[in-house]
Amino acid sequence: MKKLSARRRHPLAALVVLIFALAATGGLYTALAPADEAKAAKGSGSSLAIKEGKKLYAVGCASCHGTGGQGSSDGPSLVGVGAAAVDFQVGTGRMPAQKPEAQAPKKPVKYDQAEIDQLAAYVASLGPGPNVPNKSQYDPNESDAAAGGELFRTNCAQCHNFTGEGGALSKGKFAPDLGDVSKKHIYEAMQTGPQSMPSYPDSVITEKGKGDIIAYLETVNSEESDSPGGYGLGGFGPVSEGLFAWVFGLGVMVAVAVWVAARTAKAKKS
Amino acid sequence: MSTESTTKQSGGEMPRQRKAPAGERVADWADGRLGIYSLAKANMRKIFPDHWSFMLGEVALYSFIIVILTGVYLTLFFTPSMAEIEYHGSYVPMHGITMSEAYASTLEISFDVRGGLLMRQIHHWGALIFVAAMFVHMMRVFFTGAFRKPREVNWLFGFLLLVLGMFTGLTGYSLPDDLLSGTGIRFMEGAILSVPVVGTYISMFLFGGEFPGHDIISRFFSIHVLLLPGIMLGLLVAHLILVFYHKHTQFAGAGKTNRNVVGMPLLPVYMAKAGGFFFLVFGVISMLAATFSINPVWVVGPYRSDQVSTNAQPDWYMGFSEGLVRIMPGWEINIWDHTLVLGVFIPLMVLPLVLGAIAVYPFIESWVTGDKREHHILDRPRNAPTRTAFGAAWIAWYFVMLIGGGNDLWATHFHLSINAITWFVRIGFFVVPVITFVITKRICMGLQRHDKEKVLHGRESGIIKRLPHGEFVEVHERLSQEDLHTLTAHEQYSPEEIGPETDEQGVRRKVGRSEKLRAKLSKGFYGENSQVAKPTVEEYEEITSGHGHH
Ligand code: HEC
Ligand code: HEC
Ligand code: HEM
Repeated sequence: MKKLSARRRHPLAALVVLIFALAATGGLYTALAPADEAKAAKGSGSSLAIKEGKKLYAVGCASCHGTGGQGSSDGPSLVGVGAAAVDFQVGTGRMPAQKPEAQAPKKPVKYDQAEIDQLAAYVASLGPGPNVPNKSQYDPNESDAAAGGELFRTNCAQCHNFTGEGGALSKGKFAPDLGDVSKKHIYEAMQTGPQSMPSYPDSVITEKGKGDIIAYLETVNSEESDSPGGYGLGGFGPVSEGLFAWVFGLGVMVAVAVWVAARTAKAKKS
Repeated sequence: MSTESTTKQSGGEMPRQRKAPAGERVADWADGRLGIYSLAKANMRKIFPDHWSFMLGEVALYSFIIVILTGVYLTLFFTPSMAEIEYHGSYVPMHGITMSEAYASTLEISFDVRGGLLMRQIHHWGALIFVAAMFVHMMRVFFTGAFRKPREVNWLFGFLLLVLGMFTGLTGYSLPDDLLSGTGIRFMEGAILSVPVVGTYISMFLFGGEFPGHDIISRFFSIHVLLLPGIMLGLLVAHLILVFYHKHTQFAGAGKTNRNVVGMPLLPVYMAKAGGFFFLVFGVISMLAATFSINPVWVVGPYRSDQVSTNAQPDWYMGFSEGLVRIMPGWEINIWDHTLVLGVFIPLMVLPLVLGAIAVYPFIESWVTGDKREHHILDRPRNAPTRTAFGAAWIAWYFVMLIGGGNDLWATHFHLSINAITWFVRIGFFVVPVITFVITKRICMGLQRHDKEKVLHGRESGIIKRLPHGEFVEVHERLSQEDLHTLTAHEQYSPEEIGPETDEQGVRRKVGRSEKLRAKLSKGFYGENSQVAKPTVEEYEEITSGHGHH
């Protein structure tokens, strides 16, 4: 018994160690770096821009999308996809694509914003399509995150999860995590519907609605969003919670049980 | 020992003149009426053996207590109603949204009730750990053979606790009426509807009309806070009484027999330890709950039947049923204008099989082996290779189903195709248990052989000796008497034989099918492929006494 009571401080020591472990886990978590938002460039409609864009296009894109943007066996037609599609696809590094895959993934961006604008101007000149949104559209002064949440759950959550953490689609395709996507690119994704994602023209989700969705994502899934309950374990719901309860929760319980049992066994022998 | 004799005894020993302290007098007064002392005295000296794995059940017990206490706190603030209101509480990103009172009150608990969020999180983390602890506790009982006679009934009690715990969790998880759990209820409704003939009626009855109706939350509430915990509490008490009554099992060791228990007395040593352990369990769960978010319903949103999200999964203990449905091909049959949705109905039928396998195992084993004796000494898992292999196979099976239940997260996190995972799980459902069975059995046999080796030749000491003629050999140390006992204490059985097919008169006896099956299975348990014969005393003496062994 004496030994037992002399070691009474040990559980506290164990708890302190635990807290450090938890802090380390949390630290790793916040280490996610936000993507830089590309600098906005000036006017893109000019014929000079179109000319420059055509040159860039011929070098970087024509091999797959055809010399006039009419498409080929390696890439779809770009006639009518609009400047917004180019700004999104090239601005997030998806284009130029490298190899045929289930889904063209994000990569480091290959062009600077001026070049992207020129490419966009050229593709826009091929046929009418959605324009690159301006700041008052994707970052309005007035927005309603609650309404945005409602819209997001109705239109987007089935692929992107409740808070836009992402999810799996069939055959290796996936809806990405929206945590580090710039507001402009979120807006453009809704306008143009990249790859397996449907597009949401203003007739489906109004300009205000899109702004609200962006405000919602900002609230729940960005650097600024707070998590009142503590670390969120990725926000994937019960699977990650269950895994954590087993590995961490039960793991600690077993460790504690082993420790307690070992204590008395020693006390008995002495 | 009767109450009377005890009180007389203590009265006689005490000098009359000096008044006992007040506390003692109160205790005496109460004891004279309740007779607790004699009851306690008879049980205080109960012995509880030490092994960490014997404390897993305690983890379950303590987390159950923690979950009940926090649950009572939650009921003080929770409104089990599906009446719709517009939210204007303190969580701004939900302002103006229409939701049920149940959901709104969960937001209120989370943001406005003092300690409410912590209580919710302790309740939920506690629930996950509670069921997980029951699970590993059950595994301990299984792999050590502690379920054998006379403890089969207590095994069944434990099994019922596990299943009820799962359903208590399911109903509790549904209470906040959020989009995640609402999707779960929808899933459940689909499963009920797939039952031929009566499915629609059961569903209408359960939901009080068309899904989702206005009743399900208040019904689940009564079930969750009253019915199931009540039954569980009763079962738990019965479970503990039986543990007490049967006394605890123990591992083989010097001085430990089938007729005694070696360990610490329940009081005071064990109680002190258990009390401390309770606070450790409480501490771990509270810390988890204070640091990690669980079920953040405020970002999940209120349930609406026109919305759905990816990552809509149940808590882990229901994950295997989710897996069953996710991997099942979407088969359908149409008969006489009725659709039989096999894609959901078959998983619904497999679910009780998965769980039922746990319940019936002790009875199957004792039938197969014909072993009807009492067992209080535990098996080391390696010494019961067939049982251990069955257990491992079941666990592997269960985990395959869990992987199926989380197939989307496996896909996104390991960059795999969800279709490939689904196929892996479909094949694994049949193949993985078989492979696990074979491998586990081999490992057990290997360990038995190794044990035998150790008994006969001692343990490798790591010391290399050079013999006069230049050969190098490793010196083997003989085992201590205690170790020898541990390695050789287990009993070995021979398989059940079918008696002679003809009796003394030469009349052919009819050998039933079940008898043949039993003999075959029994060979599987105890045949030469399932156990390594223990070293006999002669063998041991022959080797140890003879020529200088190395
Ligand atoms: C290796 C071939 C390849 C190259 C090079 C390439 N693309 Fe693509 N691009 C594709 C494919 C394939 C798709 C269709 C993606 C999908 O749906 O999976 C696509 C899609 C697009 C889209 C979206 C079309 C839509 O319907 O919304 C745009 C815009 C686009 N590319 C622009 C470009 C630009 C600009 C460049 C040059 C910088 C470029 N691409 C280079 C193969 C290529
Ligand atoms: C059918 C499933 C589906 C739905 C519904 C859907 N998306 Fe997507 N989303 C996708 C896929 C798949 C991609 C990846 C496309 C790619 O890589 O080109 C994507 C990409 C995006 C991106 C770009 C992410 C990045 O990493 O650059 C944004 C932003 C986005 N979606 C927003 C939304 C919003 C907002 C909604 C609802 C209005 C929505 N999505 C609805 C499937 C979906
Ligand atoms: C037997 C073990 C029990 C288990 C496994 C269990 C499990 C759960 C779970 C998983 C939830 C969802 C919590 C959430 O995320 O919000 C829940 C909610 C709830 N439970 Fe329990 N519970 C148990 C016992 C009890 C008891 C005994 C009571 C009350 C006497 C209770 C009262 C409640 C209430 C009121 C809620 C809803 C409150 C809320 O969601 O915030 N539970 N339970």
